[in-house]
Amino acid sequence: MIGNAPFFVVGLLFLAGLVAIFMEKNLIKIAVAISIISSAVNLFLVALGYRAGGTIPVHYLAGEETLMVLPTPQAMTLTAIVIALATTALLLSLIMLVYRLYGTLDVDEIRRLRG
Amino acid sequence: MRPLSIVVRTGCDLFAWFLVIFGSTIIIHGDVTPGGGFQGGAIVATFLSLLLVAYGGKKLLAWVNVGIFNGMLVFGLLAFFLLGFLGFPHSFFFNFLAVPHEIAQATGHGVIPPSGTIALMDIAVGLEVAGGLSLIVLSMFKGVRLFREEHFEEESGHDR
Amino acid sequence: MKKTIFVVAAILLGAFIIGATDSVQPFGDPGKAPMDDYFLANALQHRSSENVVTSIVFDYRGFDTIGEAAVLFTALCAITAFFREGRKRP
Repeated sequence: MIGNAPFFVVGLLFLAGLVAIFMEKNLIKIAVAISIISSAVNLFLVALGYRAGGTIPVHYLAGEETLMVLPTPQAMTLTAIVIALATTALLLSLIMLVYRLYGTLDVDEIRRLRG
Repeated sequence: MRPLSIVVRTGCDLFAWFLVIFGSTIIIHGDVTPGGGFQGGAIVATFLSLLLVAYGGKKLLAWVNVGIFNGMLVFGLLAFFLLGFLGFPHSFFFNFLAVPHEIAQATGHGVIPPSGTIALMDIAVGLEVAGGLSLIVLSMFKGVRLFREEHFEEESGHDR
Repeated sequence: MKKTIFVVAAILLGAFIIGATDSVQPFGDPGKAPMDDYFLANALQHRSSENVVTSIVFDYRGFDTIGEAAVLFTALCAITAFFREGRKRP
């Protein structure tokens, strides 16, 4: 289990974000917990493509070595990070509009939809 | 937002434009070193955030020209799609400008790098991401001032 | 009383999640990867680009990049539409 340390850290981060979504009362802290969960998943995706003894998949910096890590999970993580950024911007804008209408950011007081 | 103290403003004056140069280096050398379009575009977008934090909202909205960022966004998107459509008799995204590695090392190359449309698409996507993220920051800041009547508590770190 | 139930449930959930992420594969040994071997062997010769990750993002898998540019543009349009000042009714 010590050899799988990166996967262990991913599990801990995901658990921390999930527990924070369940227990928190402030809307901004829930948005921060969603961002922590997306960071954990991106880290998992990059750690899955590691070959022991491999080097960076760029020919300019690798030199004479021939064993490289897998490049496809890194390309997918680029796309995932940019999409998570667009989602976070939209989420924060919606939180600003909720504050303008209700005057508070407490989850327990925003219970009914008002027209 | 009110402008911050003289120390922060002087620091912002010193290296605000170097952020743009650093981001452009990462965008342009996208096919040789790690980096590329998306990473460089996000770095260029922090130029507007630094100016907004150091100088305050009223001065920034009087100085900035929104048409420049709009033009960068539209130009980047249109160039990306045009480069996709130009390889049409073969398939949609065909790299029609690429030169294989042995020929490029023997004869050299001109202005267009031998990787073809990869380098050109890098620049288009970098322009688009930089313009888009700057417009998001500006729109969200304008939305804050819409419904704030007046603030009663003072913010720390100011001297005017 | 409620707090002990919450703590026990959090520990059970934690055991599930950490057990799941630990048992996918041993770290550093992804097994067979024929697509990535093809990319690593042919990206320099045929496309003459030294950065393999950029050539995957823009050339071998370009449709994903079009979808991502569309998502960014849609988010920008939605945010600009939220914070528009309307005309005041007389």
